[in-house]
Amino acid sequence: MKAYIKGIGNISPQQTWGYNNFLDPPLEYHRNDLMAVEPDYSQWINPQQLRRMSRVIKMGVTSALMALKDAELEKPDAIITGTGYGCVQDTTSFLTKITDFNEQALNPTPFIQSTHNTIGSQIALLLQCHGYNQTYVHGAFSFEHALLDALMSLQENSAQSILVGGVDELTQISHAIHTRFDKYRREVKSTLTLFDAAEAGTVAGEGAAYFVLSGKDDTQTKACIHAVDTLFQPVQETLLAWIESFVRDRINIPFEDIDLVLLGKSGDEKADKQIDLMAKTYFPGASLGVYKHLCGEHSVSSSFALALATEILLSQHIPEPVIHKAVSRPIRNVLIYNPYFYQHHSLIFLTECHDIK
Amino acid sequence: MGAPVHVAGTGVISAIGNTTMECFAALKQHVSGIAPLTSLNSIHKGVLPVGEVKLSNEQLAENVGVDKTLNRTALLGIHAAKEAIAHAEFDIHRWRTGFISATTVGGMDKSEIFFPPFLVDPTQGKLRDVIYHGCGATTDLITAALGITGFTSTINTACSSSVNSIMLGARLIQHGILDVVVAGGTDALTVFTLNGFKSLMILDDNLCRPFDASRTGLNLGEGAGFVVLVSDKVLEEEYLESLAIVSGFANTNDAFHQTASSPDGRGSFAAMQQALTMADLLPSEIDYINLHGTGTQNNDLSEGTAIKRLFGDAYPALSSTKSMTGHTLGACGGIETVFSVLALQHQCVFPNLRFEQAIPEVGIIPQKKFESIAVRHAMSNSFGFGGNCSSIIFSQGR
Repeated sequence: MKAYIKGIGNISPQQTWGYNNFLDPPLEYHRNDLMAVEPDYSQWINPQQLRRMSRVIKMGVTSALMALKDAELEKPDAIITGTGYGCVQDTTSFLTKITDFNEQALNPTPFIQSTHNTIGSQIALLLQCHGYNQTYVHGAFSFEHALLDALMSLQENSAQSILVGGVDELTQISHAIHTRFDKYRREVKSTLTLFDAAEAGTVAGEGAAYFVLSGKDDTQTKACIHAVDTLFQPVQETLLAWIESFVRDRINIPFEDIDLVLLGKSGDEKADKQIDLMAKTYFPGASLGVYKHLCGEHSVSSSFALALATEILLSQHIPEPVIHKAVSRPIRNVLIYNPYFYQHHSLIFLTECHDIK
Repeated sequence: MGAPVHVAGTGVISAIGNTTMECFAALKQHVSGIAPLTSLNSIHKGVLPVGEVKLSNEQLAENVGVDKTLNRTALLGIHAAKEAIAHAEFDIHRWRTGFISATTVGGMDKSEIFFPPFLVDPTQGKLRDVIYHGCGATTDLITAALGITGFTSTINTACSSSVNSIMLGARLIQHGILDVVVAGGTDALTVFTLNGFKSLMILDDNLCRPFDASRTGLNLGEGAGFVVLVSDKVLEEEYLESLAIVSGFANTNDAFHQTASSPDGRGSFAAMQQALTMADLLPSEIDYINLHGTGTQNNDLSEGTAIKRLFGDAYPALSSTKSMTGHTLGACGGIETVFSVLALQHQCVFPNLRFEQAIPEVGIIPQKKFESIAVRHAMSNSFGFGGNCSSIIFSQGR
């Protein structure tokens, strides 16, 4: 299974779209809810359609359009979306109105747009894309399963171009609820020094990142995805065995050939300790990178990591705020390890496609 | 189509029965499970007709031996999935086994309890009522009860979700990633969906009349339907009976409107046609179609037009079993897959209740009564908001 990345659209709490130096400078936050830097949507979507869309739909649709533009592709053959919580704003808005108006005279618009597949279907509607359209809603595995589906689809028919993405929004209400579960740091001095303090909790984030994947390699290829896997609620022993078997059996390369590991450290001291130990044990010679202090923790933060990994492979440069440990060597093989609140763990392996000049 | 994928077990719970055999008996006897709402804390209680599962949360929990405070979507899902696994009669844990669910509401029934006090004061509302709000969290409750620790996923493509879940299960087996997949979907009735469809003005205040000229809307329902899918190897090594073979499927998008289907049924036509191509079958080889047939003006006209375009006047026996179960949203594809497998197993077709007069534009007359006929291949349609259209074909097992 191989999927070649042809285009990326990434809307995140960092300036990840437009003509900028990637993460240079990085955006710094002093709060525990990192909202996306949103583009002027009217440049991408006509005002009439825009007016009806909630923020998550705008972000999703626009990042998809950015990816297509980047890939110089008009219409994909399939659209596959992953979203942990879907259209939160519309869902809570309809719930509020049910309560406030005692189930009477309700405006259907928020209900219509509350369904998780609204993002993928709005993209299809806009592009008039009649092909395969799928939405995964399995928490922090949503983007990974979308990616797995795309990999299988390309194996079934490599001539396709598939738009695959991860989208999740942060709203005031969702943040208030998650905060009550004690997930976040109460005080954040600076997100750029998130890993310096030994504290509990992380910072919340959001984002939309779509990728155009194809089964055919050509000069437009940015990077090549080889494998993705997920593991739920493992004990430490199972987790380590799974990582070992992924590298040894699935991608089948020596551990020391992995040049960079992007670690989904969240800033939570206890969780991060385990991640550091894993990295030290298995990847002592590799460069190590971090990203959740840039995008915040959310269900599809692995899609931000995939965009970041691709940028690094293309530029052969690890942006300064990403560096956890830098080793001077060409970056050909990148492993992304994305854990989410101890429960969800995923691995994505990608490589550069053309000889590094 | 790659290597064959077999259905080795079925489980279903709906307004017309708590098990596959109870539902089969009701289908045979033309029993409708739709009646005025009794369960939810809603102004529509006692008024709007719905297809409620006749067991309370306590009864569901007791039947399957889990905590009664779980959300109803999970309880229904556990009930049906456990039946499917028991029906398959082999140890699924010996194999690389996955679980794929589909749901549109997830833990919404509990979120609705959490929300009003939270709205008044954000420190209020019991966290235990909102912790499993996410669709995936509900699925995790089901896998925990089933003891499945392998690949687990959840799909939400609105009302076509379950068919996509079964498609994914079949593909994971064909790709050699899994040997066994329990796949289907589950959705409970909620105040959220009831009011959503009410606000769209597509609920019939009376009993729904799918494919009838006088139809004015759908009745919501609830339930769950799961099948145990296995590879050839598992079928042989476990000496299982192949109840049906998954022979073709397709997922397309109508790309016409967020909630309405195109008048010519472009998406549904393509889904049925592509599923036939994958199954390498001619339209004339399909003996039964379990319709999406919600009873709304728009769906039935669009689906009927697509069927007419594809099958012509020689369309097969077809019926909307939603006339008995109500429209169970994300679960309907799972429930109707089980019914389609029953049609193949028992060589019969099911009635479309309350049909009197054909939709003038298409003139399709659905199956009016339960009947024993030869069924070699059965097709099941599921279409949803967002233009999501899925069609799946099951063929006689061997």
